[in-house]
Amino acid sequence: MTHSTASALLVNDVGLHARPSVKLTQTAKRFASELEVALAADGPWVDAKSPVKIMRVKAPKGATLHFRALGPDADEAVRQLVSLVERKFDEE
Amino acid sequence: MESKLTGRAASPGIFVGPAVVLSALAAHQRAQGSPAEEEGALIAAIATSRDEVSALASSANGEANRILGIQVALLEDDALSETARAAIASGVAADNAWRDAMAVEIAGYEHAEDEYFRARAADLVDVRDRVLRHLLGVQTVPEVAAGSVVVARDLPPSLFLGFDWSQGGAIVLGEGSATSHVAMLARARGVPMVVGIGSKVDTLSGTLAVDGEQGSVIAAPGATTLVEVQRRKAASSRAETEARSRLGEPAITRDGTRVAVMINVAAPSDVEKLDAASCDGIGLVRTEFLVANGALRDEERQFALYRGLVAWAAGRPVTIRTLDAGGDKPIPGYTVAGETNPFLGMRGVRLSLRHPDVFRIQLRALARAAALGHLKVMLPMVTTPAELAEARKILQEVVESLRAQHIPAASPPLGIMVEVPAAAIAVDHFDAAFFSIGSNDLVQYVTASSRDSGDTGGVGELTHPAVLRLIAAVAAHGTEIGREVSLCGDAGGDPRAIPALLDAGVRTLSVAPTLLARTKAAIRTVDLGDADATITTSSWWHRILATLRSPTGSVARKGLDT
Repeated sequence: MTHSTASALLVNDVGLHARPSVKLTQTAKRFASELEVALAADGPWVDAKSPVKIMRVKAPKGATLHFRALGPDADEAVRQLVSLVERKFDEE
Repeated sequence: MESKLTGRAASPGIFVGPAVVLSALAAHQRAQGSPAEEEGALIAAIATSRDEVSALASSANGEANRILGIQVALLEDDALSETARAAIASGVAADNAWRDAMAVEIAGYEHAEDEYFRARAADLVDVRDRVLRHLLGVQTVPEVAAGSVVVARDLPPSLFLGFDWSQGGAIVLGEGSATSHVAMLARARGVPMVVGIGSKVDTLSGTLAVDGEQGSVIAAPGATTLVEVQRRKAASSRAETEARSRLGEPAITRDGTRVAVMINVAAPSDVEKLDAASCDGIGLVRTEFLVANGALRDEERQFALYRGLVAWAAGRPVTIRTLDAGGDKPIPGYTVAGETNPFLGMRGVRLSLRHPDVFRIQLRALARAAALGHLKVMLPMVTTPAELAEARKILQEVVESLRAQHIPAASPPLGIMVEVPAAAIAVDHFDAAFFSIGSNDLVQYVTASSRDSGDTGGVGELTHPAVLRLIAAVAAHGTEIGREVSLCGDAGGDPRAIPALLDAGVRTLSVAPTLLARTKAAIRTVDLGDADATITTSSWWHRILATLRSPTGSVARKGLDT
């Protein structure tokens, strides 16, 4: 079990809009670790595998997304989520 | 055969088109089973909906495929039904539990500042109604083609946002009100709308001629009527074009009285496409957008937003209202849940004084922005002079603490909304820097007519003499002590109400940016030449005020001040 954290700046134009939210949860679901997202380093944290909860965050462009993971593949999970955000969710 | 129904005008314009009748999901109820049965029914309805949308998605491509894909992701997520399942466990029927839970979810998106998020409300409504149809076993929402006249008992704002208005269209409602959220959306979008037709709305079908100027609907219009409707439509669009061409000019009545016309801002993006020179400033900024924006407790983001508005206004006044939550604007964790009559409960400044931490953050950001331009701060729902005094004390503390920290700040003029009858009647007890009449709530409270639940028989009108007397008294008081009185309710942009407001002595109106041109045009048609008219409207009040100020009236005066 490892614990891993990282953050990434939301640089795509629409922020954490519906489709980016769904992509983020799809990526998160590929991992066994518990994965959570927050707009601030001290939370509140939400389940990164729930599109409903991720969309509720309504993170705009320019917000910083914090990730934390706990589980066997925590490091790789956080690395891939950060990469997805930095790639602008492959949409632009 | 041609027939005419009369209701109330809620959004101007004239439109002829085919009726699309929406039967109300609200009219259907489920026979409630045990909590276990109800939960099973909800889970089954969600699963069926997910399968349907999945099938639709696989046969769609492009944007439709992406939208449906999002709906599938939502329907697959247990978190979507979490709140509803908790309500079911406590004994609520599945349909009501689902409706209530989704209403909260949808409101979160409707009030988002970002248009991308606002547009998601329509997806959630789609999801809600699809599941609800399975729960209730009814087929209720037909496809609404572009260019239709939408006919319904009532229409939630979210459904309005889901329809295609690109080919025009109109709305006819049995219930509803001209001050409802959906009516505001219709006016902003230029969709003609008539409300309060009554139960006869169920008889409408076929071709309808909707007159959003007069508030009437003609079913099966004959050839003569159609010619007349087209003539009026052409005249109305000529008037609109004429009004737009003079948008940049000041509003001056026939007799030469200058009337200031400001704008109401509901989201910072409202001013993006508008030239500040076409108005006299911002008469009302509704800061409730801060909630959807996540900035309620974020001084820096609020400061950035206020600073942006001050910069846009380029020296013109920017009047920012402190958070006006409660009533029809609940905020989880801030407003009081479960009030039986929220419009008469914890609203506006009452809540701000209950949550001084949140209030101070907003006042700090406002005082900092006030150092950069002509910013004014306005308190909503003020009822007693003590509330104004307490808010002023907090504002002074905030300004002093900013200065102690060497952060640039100014003490902005502190004014009040006059929307509670108590404040209007005893307006001379309030030492406010300015007064802004909130006519929507003032009408609601004076005439005991709810703003949102439609039919009160049309008694809730601004033109009721009681309402006009109060407005005239407030305007007269402002003139007497030399402080500005403005009006920022919907009536300010209503051509039928404008003559009465000017007659009552109001000289500053604040309206939605889309109504700026026609408001100015309406003002230009008014003749205030007969100056005695104003005195007639308010003479009764002058007598009352004079009595209150005389030694024999001191008992009535004392009440509030002690």
